[in-house]
Amino acid sequence: MNTNLPAIQIDDLTVAYDYKPVLWDIDLVIPEGVLMAIVGPNGAGKSTLIKSILGIIKPIAGTVQVFGAPYKKQVDKVAYVPQKGSVDWDFPTTALDVVMMGTYGSLGWIKRPGQKEKKASLEALEKVGMLEFKSRQISQLSGGQQQRIFLARALVQNAAIYLMDEPFQGVDATTEKAIINILKELRQAGKTLIVVHHDLQTVPEYFDWVTFLNVKGIASGPVMDIFNDDNLTKTYGINYKVAVNQ
Amino acid sequence: MELMDFFTDYTLRTITLGTAILGAICGMLGSFAVLRKQSLLGDAISHAALPGIAIAFLITGVKDANYILLGALVSGLIGTFWIKGIVKRTRLKSDTALGLILSLFFGFGMLLLTFIQKMPNANQAGLDKYLFGQAATLVEKDVWIMAVVTGVSLLVLLLFWKELKLLLFDEDYTKTLGFNTRFLDILITTFIVLAIVLGLQTVGVVLMSAMLLAPAAAARQWTNSLGVMIILASIFGALSGVFGTAISASQNNLSTGPVIVLVAATFVVISFVFSPGRGLLFREIRFRRNRRELHFKKTLTFMYHIAKNHENVSHPHAIRILNNFQGFTRKTLNKLEEDQFVQITGTDWAMTEKGYLEAESIFNQIGKDND
Repeated sequence: MNTNLPAIQIDDLTVAYDYKPVLWDIDLVIPEGVLMAIVGPNGAGKSTLIKSILGIIKPIAGTVQVFGAPYKKQVDKVAYVPQKGSVDWDFPTTALDVVMMGTYGSLGWIKRPGQKEKKASLEALEKVGMLEFKSRQISQLSGGQQQRIFLARALVQNAAIYLMDEPFQGVDATTEKAIINILKELRQAGKTLIVVHHDLQTVPEYFDWVTFLNVKGIASGPVMDIFNDDNLTKTYGINYKVAVNQ
Repeated sequence: MELMDFFTDYTLRTITLGTAILGAICGMLGSFAVLRKQSLLGDAISHAALPGIAIAFLITGVKDANYILLGALVSGLIGTFWIKGIVKRTRLKSDTALGLILSLFFGFGMLLLTFIQKMPNANQAGLDKYLFGQAATLVEKDVWIMAVVTGVSLLVLLLFWKELKLLLFDEDYTKTLGFNTRFLDILITTFIVLAIVLGLQTVGVVLMSAMLLAPAAAARQWTNSLGVMIILASIFGALSGVFGTAISASQNNLSTGPVIVLVAATFVVISFVFSPGRGLLFREIRFRRNRRELHFKKTLTFMYHIAKNHENVSHPHAIRILNNFQGFTRKTLNKLEEDQFVQITGTDWAMTEKGYLEAESIFNQIGKDND
């Protein structure tokens, strides 16, 4: 994008289901080109934060800006990798078909995907190492393979910002490594990546930026500067010591 | 009634055509309801249509199918969007909302029907046919309306195929791509309501949801492609209509609606048992075949472990030692001999050269698979 604007700017964001606030008065600026982890305990509102950025959930108060404009105006610049468990994998379709869905946004209403879209989707499948499974019914894929398909679907969108909800959940070490390599490659290409992450041990290895979240925003910044026991304790509520920092 | 009458009798032909078209549109739109996990919505919609039927009659005072279907449509739509509103705005889950609206509207509808029956109006008789349907009342005009609605919904389906498929699979993702999911939802729901209202006259309020779900559930068993599933569901639905009408016409006075539903249910049962990919029968066959094959391989590799410690792989061993080993059966031993992988003499077995090589390749293969 090469603008001075931050990739995402969140001001005073509050989200609640019924009376219970899930996110409380969040202010967050995510600069362009970072590979950022969102960490926090269960129920901290990590997925909700991502869904609020994407406009899936309506906040009670606050604004979200993507490159200085509301999400609705920037849909073509953002790709989303939902949690694997959010869809029914018994849906009658193939791996390639799911990846092709990533091209639907740029096609717009009614227009059908053609050769160009198919080619891009096959390339994305190859990138995640799933080309040989392109005609496979999606229920016959393993959990790690399904996660790769979701990643490929987002890759096809060729966006500037990628929002991922627990892409490492339930995948084996090989797949995790393959996914993180792709994420690092995307960052090299200047993309911004925001990843809900659970494994604190791997944060310094995988990410260069981190946001601590527990309903309120605790801290956000470079991993080098703010990934410490103090912030972890503030976020998780117990006296936290990270082995990786020693 | 003779078979020939089936093709020459004008009334019967109209009814058959009507039920076939109804089955096709129900199969087509029912696929969407099933894949969106809104199977019960059809049931709620059809029950919600009943008060509309009664109110339309009360207002117009005549039993004109047009007004009555219009009343059913309005009332069905109100019920549907009421359900969606409850799910969205309260903490009630969708099954509770469905059950609530279904009983509320149906109860109110029954109340109005009994009220109408007590009125001194000669026209009133026969309004309760909408409960279980009466295909015999179908006339050519009804069939035309059905055909037009089917054509329009097919057109809409083809036009918004990509968007609807996306909505069915992943609604949140559809939203993030910038598509208006609310519009798509209203579009598909409205057509489902239309299909249900069209079927009320033929199949009736109570059984209508089966028309919607049965062909789609049956079709899902045979294919892993959404397009093929919808086509198959339409065919199953249409065949249910044709066979149902034929059976009820040949057996005097059998009510058509229930027979159509039973035929559709037969499609479901056959599909659940006999479909090659997902059917119960083939699953059991596959399971047994796999188990037999595993026994076979396990026994052979067990023998391999014993045989490879001897200079001569065909050194005889007692069959007895196989008995300690899980998975060994007499049947597998016979099969091994049949394939000339082992030779049996008296109470001893000995591996052949062929068997040894086979066992070695199985053993290496399994090691590779586990990597």
